[in-house]
Formats: sequence, structure tokens, C-alpha cells
Amino acid sequence: MSNASPHSNGGPSLLDRLPASIFPRVSGLHAAALIIAILLIGLLIIPVLQVIYVAFLDPNTGALTLQNFVDFFRTSLFRESFWNSFYVSAMSVVVATVIALPLAYITTRFNFAGSVVIQSLGFIPLIMPPFVGAVAMQLIFGRNGTLNLLMEEKFGINIPFMEGLNGVILVQSIHYFPFILINLSTSLRNIDRSMEEAAQNLGSQGMRLFRRIVFPLAMPGYIAGAALVFIKVFDDLGTPLLLNVNNMLAPQAFLRISSIGISDPMGYVISFILVAFSIFSLWASFRVMRGKDYSTEQKGGGGLSKRDLRTGEKVAAYAVVGLILLLVLSPHIGLTLLSFATIWSFAPLPDGFTIQNYIVMWENSKQFIANTVIYAGIAAVLDVIIGTAIAYIVIRTGIWGRKSLDYLATAALAVPGVVLGIGYLRVFHSIDIPFTDKPMASWWVIIALALMIRRLPYALRACTAALQQVSLALEEAAESLGATKSSTIRRIVIPLMSGGILAGFVTSFATAAVELSATIMLVSSESDAPLAYGIYLFMQTPSGRGAGAALGVVAVIIVGLGTFLSQLLIERDKKFKSTDQSH
Amino acid sequence: MTNQMVGIEINDLHLSFGETEVLTGVNLDIQPGEFFAFLGPSGSGKSTLLRSIAGFGPTPRGSIRIGGRDVVSLPPWKRNVGMVFQSYALWPHMSVRDNVGFGLKERKVPGTEIAPRVDAALELVGLSHLADRMPNQLSGGQQQRIALARTVVVEPEVLLLDEPLSNLDASLRVQMRRELLAFQRKLGLTTIFVTHDQEEANTTADRMAVLDTGVIQQIGTPQELYDTPQNLFVAEFLGTANILGGQVETDGSAKRFRTSAGDVLPLSDGHAGAGSIVLRPQNMQIVDQAGADTLPGTILHREFMGSQVRYIVRTSGTEMIVDQFHHVGHDWRDTGSDVQLKVNTNEAVIVAS
Repeated sequence: MSNASPHSNGGPSLLDRLPASIFPRVSGLHAAALIIAILLIGLLIIPVLQVIYVAFLDPNTGALTLQNFVDFFRTSLFRESFWNSFYVSAMSVVVATVIALPLAYITTRFNFAGSVVIQSLGFIPLIMPPFVGAVAMQLIFGRNGTLNLLMEEKFGINIPFMEGLNGVILVQSIHYFPFILINLSTSLRNIDRSMEEAAQNLGSQGMRLFRRIVFPLAMPGYIAGAALVFIKVFDDLGTPLLLNVNNMLAPQAFLRISSIGISDPMGYVISFILVAFSIFSLWASFRVMRGKDYSTEQKGGGGLSKRDLRTGEKVAAYAVVGLILLLVLSPHIGLTLLSFATIWSFAPLPDGFTIQNYIVMWENSKQFIANTVIYAGIAAVLDVIIGTAIAYIVIRTGIWGRKSLDYLATAALAVPGVVLGIGYLRVFHSIDIPFTDKPMASWWVIIALALMIRRLPYALRACTAALQQVSLALEEAAESLGATKSSTIRRIVIPLMSGGILAGFVTSFATAAVELSATIMLVSSESDAPLAYGIYLFMQTPSGRGAGAALGVVAVIIVGLGTFLSQLLIERDKKFKSTDQSH
Repeated sequence: MTNQMVGIEINDLHLSFGETEVLTGVNLDIQPGEFFAFLGPSGSGKSTLLRSIAGFGPTPRGSIRIGGRDVVSLPPWKRNVGMVFQSYALWPHMSVRDNVGFGLKERKVPGTEIAPRVDAALELVGLSHLADRMPNQLSGGQQQRIALARTVVVEPEVLLLDEPLSNLDASLRVQMRRELLAFQRKLGLTTIFVTHDQEEANTTADRMAVLDTGVIQQIGTPQELYDTPQNLFVAEFLGTANILGGQVETDGSAKRFRTSAGDVLPLSDGHAGAGSIVLRPQNMQIVDQAGADTLPGTILHREFMGSQVRYIVRTSGTEMIVDQFHHVGHDWRDTGSDVQLKVNTNEAVIVAS
């Protein structure tokens, strides 16, 4: 056997021989960090700052002014919209809590056979964009919907579930309650059993024990979930638009910009308020959460003690859970029925069933579906490339300012889709597409880039989690065996991250495929429209509702499959990496 | 496998993490083929020193010469230093064969040569039959041997072992440390072994360096360090030591140690001045008769340890640990009884306090 020479890795390369003063040593990672920073500043920071800046400009003179805000609050429609948005968001949190609390409580405190069903079915609402279910909800809960028709016949009453703001609250809380359920259940499960036992040992029990020990310990999780629901509802455009509720902030911004034009200052004032509220809620929930992560990893913990239900309690629990699940699944049931319905109007159920809607949908939506695959595909590929790069730069390098890349990418969470859309319109309408004289704002690539920015925080989390699971020693082992940094990244880091990267791709793709709020601002012609926009168009006419529902079912299947696939990938990855090194 | 044995010379090495200096003025000269240990408590800088030889962590000031070549500014992949990680760091997405062949591929060794060299390395650690397993199908001991095979297959100039036994259970640890030593002797590879366990270092190392707070406290064979510690830290870190502060006094040719409590012990050697006397538990006998080389005391506590009995004896200055061999039929001293401690002063060591 020959002795491998330590110098076999070659002498200094050409680059090494150039004088450092003229050609500073910039590694590939530095270059990547710079490119990503430029992308994020250009596609996120500048558009948002531009929107905020314009909110303070006099539209005629171009001078800085607060007049736009004065005008905003002097207009009764805007004042009403502001309070409506606030009211709807707050009420959605309340209703979502009413749905989530019993589910979380029953599954974490009792030995309940239905727990598995709740844990999995509880997430189903998230795989349907809320606006998709909105029309179906009207057919079930509306003035002339299934429920009211039945109740009128039996009891002679009609409850306005879906009238005006009520409809938005119902649709939003059914869609977003899983955020509260997930966070609350996790907090409850993370409470150490000994905390509860210590209280019992000191004489506390029942509701008093719950109120003084269990609830305070679960509070941080609840606040986190509730803040998320509040922001999501406050910023959402699609649902009020589809329910034809226009006296809220996001729809007003959309309508001002799309009907009056991008020079109207009111759209920017509203955008400013939306961004300010998002940042404030995130900041407030962060403040409340700080120093209150009570989850413990002590031995002998393992969550609150569970007890068996008595027969009567069991019946009650099943009744409550069944009712809630029926409510939660109603958009899906309604949408499926609608997609197969011949006519469904003023009747508890459709008159007849057909697959005609799917044929009509397919004939009219090929372009939408193709566009969606292209946009969401580009967005998701860019998301995982940028996400992987940022994760590596932040976790593994000492590059100056690396943390700010993470913050920049995550800042997208605080930017509502409407605002990003308006920002892109404003910034890119004055820049032409390369080699043409058409403005970039009407170019389809902009839609894909907006989706990329919107989904980047989620992809970044997935990539960061994947990289954190790769022990640094695995990389150092490769380097000490002669692998260079780039070779180590290629042969060790990326293969080990692949499960997480793929999961991030699938999640980004699936959720970008049904995004409406940013895309609705940026679609300039129907031939460039993606699937979500197609559903919106279909739902505008009563005759198109069947086909719209069929397209909605396609959307739900895409997101559902995507979610399932990404879960599968993450699980498989965990199993594969569980190298037990203790014996 | 034959190796050109190389030595490692470290000169005035300093290393900081931000503001905190974690290695200060390290000087070391490790001989070709030597099995050398870095011993110290956690946070002493021993792992940091090992990692800086491999090229990980911030670039230190000073020089590290391996076989005469200064590697201090080279990246890890240009050093040809083999490192076995505490966690073994086997790549979970590669089979045992691919793990072991990795370094050869990186070195652009021709494909036809890789397979036989991998086989030879696996043969060397006695795990040829596991070549096609995945790392998560191996036990801890097997994983460690694979990590060792993966490191030596590229024929590094030196072998670095970072706490190699800490992830194994106690019985396997004793067996593996003997195997490691046999393995090192067979390859004749200059090896550095990091450990916080003095028994591991004592039983394997030719020589060792004791580190504390980023400074090398003493270098020598295990016996030298135990018998003639140069300072209080080394004396207390290796084995059990009773330490009495005081002064060395000379009076013509007569030398004696006066403890701070006023007791006097005759010395065979020593220079006048302040110091501490280090007495091992086995350096004293419990007797009844007072003499020139005894200290008066009272037995506070007694522990039966099998081959010996350990007494805690309160003397005028401090509490001393005294070990006496246990023989069948021998009476034990009772707690509370007044005794004399006879000190074998020729075995005592004086260190600066």
C-alpha cells in the first residue's frame, strides 16, 4: 500500500496565487450570502418600505404628510372597515378557542379512544384555503342553507350564521382553530406530571387545580396560537372577498388599488395599518412568551396524568367531539357535494349528482393548473435552495451579518399578501421586463417571486431544522479525511438534509399553489392566472360555482397530498437517522 | 501498513474564543510513535487543543509542526491528521464500506485500489463481516471500531482520539482501551488521546500532559506525574492527596517541614521557603507511639473498601485521608480514638503553594 502524501491535494490554485489585496478572498458562501441578501432586500424590503413611504406622501405634491391618515380616519367607511377587521379577528379568536379548548382538554386529560381521530382530523381545515370553503359554507349555514332550511321546517327559526361579518368569523375560525389546538395541546402535553401532583399533594384539586396550575402553565402556548389566528384573520383577503364582505381593511385595500389605481393613497394607508398590526401582534406574543417556556424535560414527566371517563362522560365527550368535527368538516363536505351537484339552491341537499362540473372545470382550468404548477414549482425550488443556503450560512459559518439573513427571510411572516402585492405593483410598474418595453409588474415571473418570498419562512424553518439534526462532528469527520468544504456540503450535508429539504419543498409547493391574497393583486391577465385565482373567478357567477368547487377539490387534494407527503418524509427521515450511539 | 512515524511540536500556542483565552502558551513535543494523552477536567482546554491540531475551531497563534511541517494555517482537509470523534460521527446515509472508503475517494485513489484497502482496514478492526451494514445497525463498540478503520485507512500521519471510550459502558471500556493500545502499537502511529479519566490515561499513555484552565500543568510519564507532581493542581487531580501548607526550614544539613498549624516533620530533601507537603493516603501508618515523624490526630470516620480501610483522621491542621491494608484478623481503629500518624517523609513531595 502506498502512503498517501499529505500534499496530494495539489499546490496553490490559480486563485490562491493572485494577490489578495487586488482580489479579496471571497468564498462561494460569501457570494451566496451576498446574492441572497440582495434578493431579499429587492423583493421584500424595498417593496414594503415603498408601500409605507407612499402612505406618508401627498399624492399631488409628493411631499411628506400625515394627511392620508387624517383622511383615512375621517372617512366613515374606513373607520367602519378598521373596526370590522378588528372585531372579526378578535371574534375569530374567541370562536376558534371555543372549538379548540374542548378538543385539547379531552385529548390531553382523558384516556379517550377518539383522541387519534381528533389529532388527525383536527388538522384537516388547514389543508383547505379558507376562501375555497367559503361558498360551500354559505350553502350549508347561509340564510337559505341546509341547516336553516331544516331548522325553519322543524322549529320555525333562522339563525344568521353567515350574514355579513358573522360569515367571515365562522369561516375563519373553522379554518384557523387548529393553530390554537396544536399550540394548546403541545403546551398541555409538555406540562410535567409532577407539577400537577405537587399541587394535589398540597391539597389542590378539580377546577381550582386547573385554574391555578394547569391553565397558567398552558397559557404561553395558547397565546402563541391565538396571536397567530388574530394576524392571519386580520390580513386575509380571500375569504371576505368571496363572501362579498367588503367593509374590512384588506378588501378595501384591494378594491382601492384595483378600481382607482396604484396612485390612490388609501390602499397604502391600509397596508401600513396591516403591517403595523402584524408586527405589533408578533411582538406582543413574543413579549408574553418570553421567559415562559415551561416545558420540562425532567425524567418521570411525560405530560399530565390522564384518567378514564365514566360512561356518562364518555357519551358527552363523543357528542361534543362529533359535533365539532362535523362543524369543522362542513366546508369539505359542502365543497365535495357542490362539486358533484347539478343544482343546489334553496334546498338542504343538491337536486342531483353529476361529474359534469369536473369536465367543465378541466376544460376551462388546464391553463390555471399549468400556471400553478409552474409558479408554485419555481417558488418552492427557490425557497429550498435559499432556505438551505441561509440555514448553512447562519448555523455553520461566521460570515458577518449572517443572522440578519435569517431575520430578513423571516420578516416575510409579518407582511400580509395584499401588502406585498401592492408593493410589487408599485415598485415593478416602472421597471420593464428585460429586453421588452412591458412593465415587470404584469410579468408572470413576479407572481412566482411573490410566492417564493411568502413561503420562504416556512421552507427556511424546515431547512434549519434539517441542518440542526446533522451533527457538526459528521462534517468535521469528512474534513479531517480530506474533504474540502464544498465536497463536504455536497457529499455529507445535503444528503443528510435531503428529507427535511424535500419536506420543505412539498409544503412550500402545496401552500403556494393555493395562495390568493398576493397573487390576486398581481395577475394581469386570465392566461397568467393560477388555480386560486381561477376558483375566485368561477365563484363570482352562480353558474360557475359547481366547476369552482371541483377546482377547489383539486386544490384541497394538492395541499392534502402535499401535507401527507411531507409528514411521511419527515417521519422516514427521523427513523433513518435514529442512530442509537449509547450502546 | 507501515508508516513514516512523525513527531508533533507545538510552540507557544494561544487560542481565544472571542474575549476568553482558552489555550495559553502551550508548548509540547510529542515523539514519533508515542501514545500521548491530554488529561484534564472539563473546560481545561484539552479537547480544544486536540481540535486545533486537527484544524477545527478558530485559528490559534503559535505553531503546530507535524513531521516538521507547520500546519497552523492549513484547513483540516490539507493536514492528513486522522481524528476519531467522541460521537464516532459515522455518516448515517452511507454503508460501513462507503464510510470507510470516503477518505480514499476524496484523495482520488483509483477505484480498483479502494476496495482492497477498505477490506484491509475492516480486517484490521475485525469487522469485515459488517461491511454492508448501515451505521444504525451497529453496536456502540462496533461503531467505534468502524470510526477507527475509517480514520486509519487513509494512513494519516497522526491519530487523534477525542474521549474515545466515553460513550461505551464500563466493562467494554476496559477491553477497548487495551485494544486501542494494541492497535496503536501495531500501527506505530503517533497518537494523542484526550480523556478526563486518569485511569484511562495512566493505563494507556506513554506520556501525558495535564491541562487546567488552558495551561499545561505538567508533562511526563504517568508515574512521574503521580510520584512527583510539580504543583498543587497535578497533585490533587491525580489520585487522592492530603495537602498541608507550611514552610520548609533548613538548619545546617537538617531539613524539616513546619505546617501552618505548628507541627514539624523531618524531611530528607527540600529548599527553604513556603510550600505545601503532599502526602498520599498510603504514605502514612496509624500507630500508637508518638515520634519525630508523627502527627497526633483523632479518628473521625472509617470506610471499609475491601482491600483496604480508609480512615479520616483529624489532625491539628486539617483532616487527613489514610488508607491501611486490610488483613484478616486485624483489628480496626474505632472512631473517636486518639492515634498517631506516622509519615513516610521520604515519599512526601513538597510543591509550591
